[in-house]
Amino acid sequence: MYGFLWLIPALPLVGFVILGLFGRRFSRFIVALVGVGLVGVSALLSILTAFQFMSSPPQQSSVTQSLWTWVNSGGFRPSVAFRLDALSLVFVVVVTFVGFVIHLYSSEFMAEGEGYSRFFATMNLFVSSMLILVLADNLFLFYLGWEGVGLCSYLLIGFWYKDAANGRAAQKAFIVTRVGDTALAVGLFLLFSHLGTLNFQDLMHQAVTRWPVGSSLAVASAALLLGGAVGKSAQLPLQTWLPDAMAGPTPVSALIHAATMVTAGVYLVARTHVLFELAPSVQLAVAAIGALTLLISGFSALVQVDIKRVLAYSTMSQVGYMFLALGIGAWSAAVFHFLTHAFFKALLFLGAGVVIIALREEHNMFKMGGLRKQLPLVFWTFVIGSASLSALPLVTAGFYSKEWILRSAWTGPKGNFWLLSAGLVGAFLTVIYTFRMVFITFFGEGSRLIERRPGTRLKVALIVLAIFSIVVGFLQTPRSLGNIPIFANFLRSALPSSDVPPRGGADEFMLEVFSSAIVLLGLYVAYILFLKKPRLRESITQTKLGQTGVQFLFSGWGFDWIYDRLLIRPLAWLARINREDFLDLPYLGIAEISRALNTGLGRTQSGRLRWYAAIVVIGAIITLTVVVFL
Amino acid sequence: MSFLFYAASLVAVISSLMVVTRSNAVHALLYLVVSLLAVALIFFILGAPFIAALEVIIYAGAIMVLFIFVVMMFNLAAPFSGKSRLLDSRTWAGPAFLSFVLFGEFLAVITSSGIHRISPSPISPKDVGVSLFGSYILGVELAAMLLLSGVVGAFHLGRQKKRTAHRFFEIEAPK
Amino acid sequence: MTSIPLESGLIIAGILFAVGLIGVLARRNFLFILMSIEIMLNAAGLAFVVAGARWGRADGQVMFIFILAMAAVEVSVGLALILRFVHHFKTLDSDQGNTMKG
Repeated sequence: MYGFLWLIPALPLVGFVILGLFGRRFSRFIVALVGVGLVGVSALLSILTAFQFMSSPPQQSSVTQSLWTWVNSGGFRPSVAFRLDALSLVFVVVVTFVGFVIHLYSSEFMAEGEGYSRFFATMNLFVSSMLILVLADNLFLFYLGWEGVGLCSYLLIGFWYKDAANGRAAQKAFIVTRVGDTALAVGLFLLFSHLGTLNFQDLMHQAVTRWPVGSSLAVASAALLLGGAVGKSAQLPLQTWLPDAMAGPTPVSALIHAATMVTAGVYLVARTHVLFELAPSVQLAVAAIGALTLLISGFSALVQVDIKRVLAYSTMSQVGYMFLALGIGAWSAAVFHFLTHAFFKALLFLGAGVVIIALREEHNMFKMGGLRKQLPLVFWTFVIGSASLSALPLVTAGFYSKEWILRSAWTGPKGNFWLLSAGLVGAFLTVIYTFRMVFITFFGEGSRLIERRPGTRLKVALIVLAIFSIVVGFLQTPRSLGNIPIFANFLRSALPSSDVPPRGGADEFMLEVFSSAIVLLGLYVAYILFLKKPRLRESITQTKLGQTGVQFLFSGWGFDWIYDRLLIRPLAWLARINREDFLDLPYLGIAEISRALNTGLGRTQSGRLRWYAAIVVIGAIITLTVVVFL
Repeated sequence: MSFLFYAASLVAVISSLMVVTRSNAVHALLYLVVSLLAVALIFFILGAPFIAALEVIIYAGAIMVLFIFVVMMFNLAAPFSGKSRLLDSRTWAGPAFLSFVLFGEFLAVITSSGIHRISPSPISPKDVGVSLFGSYILGVELAAMLLLSGVVGAFHLGRQKKRTAHRFFEIEAPK
Repeated sequence: MTSIPLESGLIIAGILFAVGLIGVLARRNFLFILMSIEIMLNAAGLAFVVAGARWGRADGQVMFIFILAMAAVEVSVGLALILRFVHHFKTLDSDQGNTMKG
């Protein structure tokens, strides 16, 4: 089975090529068959590989399949090689499986518009790039996948290119992540020039043996890698692109901006965790960034009006949780949260997509309402997803993953009171904005009737994801609640464990009770504010302070405004005054000079005989002078 | 004798100047003939009687006559339409300047190596002929070919073809 | 025979040449241009003969014969060309023939 490892990223790539070249000629059915089918086969292969991996783990818990040497120049020999270990296996299974479900969903969702084959071609390319990213065994191939997902993100955000606003959103996403990509590239250069290799395993060995903890090189390279991760995962300070990226079709938001691409940063940090352990200051920064982002985006999500923007800020927040976990050394906890988040966030986005097209492209939640009765299946799956997101106690996967993170923040080696409180406040906010969304969208007296009912494929996708949003949590439960350590044990082969002997079982249990209480309190608050007594909410938001507060939060804490004033305007000003590029002057100057020479010399051809005779005489005089007198 | 030389040169120069400044072409041509005759005298003084004769016979007698023939036959001496700019100093300034510069350089070259005086003794036509058909025979052949090409060229360029509408509608056969 | 300075002969030739040059450059009438060229040719021939006389050899005169032949050809062809020019441009003004401008 491991021999088929390369097929997992290759099949969607083939799909991209076929659909990209010939997609226009195929019928919708064939396009969907190719696009969905190839990802499905990939998913099947990855699941089978997972079974084999888990039942009889290979040597050293990893399998490397080297395809060919990519570059061989100087000492630089990255190869196209895929490495499967526990970490990449988790990501591969999630990407292919969730990807398959979303592709299935989109085969019906996108059926009414144009560009069907273009959509599936790009989605396939995305899945392929993401798989290359997670399976790469060296940073160079990783970077290829990184760039590939960035490209596909751009193409898919601006999918409906005829509207210029979508193009601008796509540009914004690309440019902001580009800043991170540049940091990542510089980090790559640094790592290669000092450690001589880009292969993950060799890199980690070299770094540990040659760089002492806290050395400036380790700090620099870790910080640069963090810069790249921050860009792709939409964390502070490069988080401004994600809300605007909702301009793309909903399946794109589900796959790329909820389940997979934004977690590429998490994967990067987890993969190069050795570097971060060598640079504790940077690791602290990871946690701090995660904490700040989850708070900021949590507050911003409270006042959003577009249902997809709520989910976008929510994604930012949850990835913040993952960064928080990475920052405190709870590597496996972060990956577990990624696993659960992929399911419930994709579910929420797909559900939102059904609602949106049911109401004919209506994104404003306040114009919805009362959909509970009209779309019952969507309602229930959406509730399940929301519950998982809010970490509703005991029954949802989100609970167990968030619990693990909070527990590590409290008891872990790098745990910290401030980080824990940030996590708790974040959990409180999460419940409120999530159920605000549920109550406004599905409850109340709806004034609109739906115009398009979801079909089979949409429903199946929702149901599958809902089931997983519950079940997946039971892979890892804390000691006091069943003590199932499957996931942690599984990942132990790839990531260092963060579990320490408990200070006392009572402490952990107290934390669980406390956080569950917070969640339930938040649910009650949301119920009061948004369902029972909307007047109360209005009385808060209509005050002057409330208005400015709402405006501030709505714009994402003014980051766009800051970046515009600080970076974009000066740059645009510079571009304007350099319009006749001064660097071009020599080249243009040469052209101008030759043109002037041409005009000037052209005037000597006056067509008149006497003029030519005079020129001859002048030439004779000059020649004589030169010959005789010099 | 040397007085004769200087007198003839004076006549030559003055008549050349007159050639250049006349407005009537025929007048200018006649002045040119005078200049040529003066130069022929100079040749004689310099001891080249054969060349002097040739100058008169061929240059003044054939070439200038050809010139006058053509001018008179085709009425080319008709006065210009439009304002004549002969007396305009601007017309003469540039050429005069260039000529003076050239002449100045020429002068500088000639006088740089001191003054030589010559006493030319006449060179008979026999010597010229011996030299011409002896060492310079090749030049003679080339000159002959040149003359041939000149004849052909002049003949061809001088033809005036009447325009015909169509060869079936010929009014006059081409000359 | 009294002697004449060689240089004065050459200077006379130079003066005649310069005069001819002025004529070529300053006159617009084609005939005058041609005449001025004749003056220049004549001056060149004079220079040759003077040089030949200085050395007492016939070479200068031979050269003058060649120049003479060439002048003859040149005049005939030149006049034929002038005729064509007049036929085409209807004027003897050389400045009118500037269609090759630029």
